Amino acid sequence: MSEFFQLIVSGLSTGSIYALAAVGFTLLWQASQTINFAQGEFVMLPAFLVLALSVKLGFPLWLAMPLAIILAVLILGVLFKRLVVEPMIKHGTLPLVIATIALGVLLKEMVKEFYSPLGQPFPSLFPQDVVTIFGAVISIPDIANFVIAMGAIVALQLFLGGTRTGRSMQATAQNPDVAQILGVDIKRMVLYTFMINGALAAIASILITPIYLAKFSNGETLGLIAFIAAIVGGFNQIRGALVGGLLIGIIDNLSATYVSAEYRQALPLILLIVIILIRPQGLLGTSEGRTV
Amino acid sequence: MTRKSILFTLVALIALILVPLGQGNYIIYVLTSWLVFSIAAMGLNLTLGYAGQISLAQAAFMGIGAYIAALITLAGYHWVLGWLAAMGGTFVIGLLLGYPALRVQHHFLAFVTLAFNTLVFLVLRNEDWLTGGSHGLVGMPRPNFFGLSTGTNLEFYYFTLVLFVISGAIFYWIVNSPWGRAFKALRENPVRAESLGVDTRRITLLAFAIGSAFGGGAGAIMSPLVQFIEPGSFAFIHSLKILLMVVVGGAGFFFGPILGAAVVILLPEFLRFTEGYYLMIYASLVIVLMIYSPSGLIGAGQKLYARLRPGRETRKDMEKGAQL
Repeated sequence: MSEFFQLIVSGLSTGSIYALAAVGFTLLWQASQTINFAQGEFVMLPAFLVLALSVKLGFPLWLAMPLAIILAVLILGVLFKRLVVEPMIKHGTLPLVIATIALGVLLKEMVKEFYSPLGQPFPSLFPQDVVTIFGAVISIPDIANFVIAMGAIVALQLFLGGTRTGRSMQATAQNPDVAQILGVDIKRMVLYTFMINGALAAIASILITPIYLAKFSNGETLGLIAFIAAIVGGFNQIRGALVGGLLIGIIDNLSATYVSAEYRQALPLILLIVIILIRPQGLLGTSEGRTV
Repeated sequence: MTRKSILFTLVALIALILVPLGQGNYIIYVLTSWLVFSIAAMGLNLTLGYAGQISLAQAAFMGIGAYIAALITLAGYHWVLGWLAAMGGTFVIGLLLGYPALRVQHHFLAFVTLAFNTLVFLVLRNEDWLTGGSHGLVGMPRPNFFGLSTGTNLEFYYFTLVLFVISGAIFYWIVNSPWGRAFKALRENPVRAESLGVDTRRITLLAFAIGSAFGGGAGAIMSPLVQFIEPGSFAFIHSLKILLMVVVGGAGFFFGPILGAAVVILLPEFLRFTEGYYLMIYASLVIVLMIYSPSGLIGAGQKLYARLRPGRETRKDMEKGAQL
């Protein structure tokens, strides 16, 4: 029983990090119908920004991390929006999908070529100690990751629901035309969404990379998981992506122990297919209606 | 077909027959794999360019086809049987996979096929008893036809060329049959197509299943060509590669995927001197292409042509490129 509890807790911890990536994914979809196939690479890259700043340029870690987050907001938020999404959005969804796939390859290859093709150790923010709760051994980083990731999502929800800018962003996502008529600067709101996605990806990156090593190929699985989490939870809901992320985290952890290691990866995929079959709008999503 | 396009096809065919003569084994191998990938990309073009659905599992269908053909030929049966079984098998799998996915929103086929590709990879890797696991299958024999061998690389090239022409002819027939027109009607304006009595769901599903069968057929040629297949050759990244072929060449154009496959397969050979930067250059080029011409190279060529020869209209329907 205590083993089960342990698995749930560490599943919630990684799941909350997945949720960060999935929420960002959902935000981009809502704001601009961008299906970001490079989302995994967006989570891979900031860890290397931290490493570049701290190891190569000698910044102390406490400075390198916030700087990396700011850089991520600029590169993955503003530049991505201005250089890739904006000139393409008028062509419809498909060219943008292709372009984000290409962007993912580009980011991956750049890290591989200009930083290192090998996995790099990445400093953890927290002591690697454990605490015992009800007989279950739980590591401090797990708890801290969960608290920070959830904190970020709660803060985002408060911002979206409680501030004027946040509500303008929601209005833009729901109906850009009406929002514009009511005086919302929709272009700016979409830009904010992209910047938030950059920040979420950076936080996820800093939290998840110490668990593995920092490697150029980290984005492949992370992107797929963010994807699955967003769809399982409900593509058009932030809390959907949150639930999806946590669920995938728990399933991932439980299946590593109780299902064969070979098919561990398959479980989230099967979950995805089952969800699409029986509840295409996702667990918490509302139906967008059939288009064809 | 107009007289011009018949002439063009004939010239292209003669060129295809002459090109490998006097070339080394490696060049012939590259050309053969270009033809194979062109067949797979043609199939995806039917799904993407004509029926307007993104499939991210074309490599998985190639894989399934390759393994079916390999298992059948290794069991001692003729390759043709393997080829037919590969196409039939992938057609049925396409139907089973597409049916639920197409029931819902339009972009869902992309997600389902994405998951499907990874699942296929895992099954191919883990089911050692059938697929040989990560060691794959080796030693698939190259077939003989009525005493004609396809053993050497040049012979195999011509064998592939024949299959390529057959596939191209089938493709041409499909898109110009009433069916194919229904595909196009669907892509241009689904609501209108439906109101004119086109059963959109069935047509889309059929396009996807036929497209998948093209992938299976290409896979079946792949296995005697390479004579070694392993799960890694059919991973998700290769589906993206085939998708790029279709989009870079021009989705919805007959010659689009053939041109795209040439670019994707042959460009690495030309860019070899750039070494590690090759993929970066390639990815950047794709992004730039998508910004300036979402309808691919053929679309870009038509735009250029239209600018040089004013008075001609480009296809209005392709201005936006194929839609998700």
